[in-house]
Amino acid sequence: MSASDPRDEIVEHLPALRAFALSLTRNGALADDMVQDALVKAWTKIHLFEPGTNMRAWLFTILRNTYYSNRRKAGREVADVDGIHTEAVSEKPAHDGRLALADFKVAFDQLSDQQREALILVGASGFSYEEAAGMCDCAVGTIKSRINRARARLAELMQLDENEALELTDNATMAVVAGPKSATI
Amino acid sequence: MGHDDKKAKSSQVIDQSLKQVYDQMLEEKVPDRFLDLLAQLKEQENSGSRESGQ
Repeated sequence: MSASDPRDEIVEHLPALRAFALSLTRNGALADDMVQDALVKAWTKIHLFEPGTNMRAWLFTILRNTYYSNRRKAGREVADVDGIHTEAVSEKPAHDGRLALADFKVAFDQLSDQQREALILVGASGFSYEEAAGMCDCAVGTIKSRINRARARLAELMQLDENEALELTDNATMAVVAGPKSATI
Repeated sequence: MGHDDKKAKSSQVIDQSLKQVYDQMLEEKVPDRFLDLLAQLKEQENSGSRESGQ
């Protein structure tokens, strides 16, 4: 029995795992089921983890595989989206920070799975292009182009080309769009 | 160049929004079910412990 079980580290990655799961599924209940599956897999397959490598990347990869294999099994092209984000835009205020963030959420939901995951991995989770490519099992260039296309699509959906005076007013924005915490039932 | 400025601005808005949305998700409290699950997995292993090394 080794003194340090790498599995003891798993708990530290739970918030990030849930955030990634939610980004993929956009459905709180589904995301948590997926995290649960991924945790069991990670626990039982810990011998496949290479000590010294990035545990978070490994867990994200498991989660990601769980997502795609569940989706294939379900035979659905599109996962059910429970509108965790769409509810944020009940009305359209003037073009300001609030709109920018609320619009972002709606636009983000419209990206493809691959675009969303590339953006989240590199743009939000801080993985390198190389790490993201390893996790998504594709070329670095593919990740880059997914991100570029995702950005272009977001800009288009958010109509950023036409409205240059967008500023994110952090506190006001958060207050408006935070809304009720998306409960997992 | 106005066009490039707009582009930079739009990337900035997107990046900031992405970070904010992600941080919001990160800040959500982890439900107990996951901590319980990890504890359970650990316990199961300890009780039925048959070390099959690697």
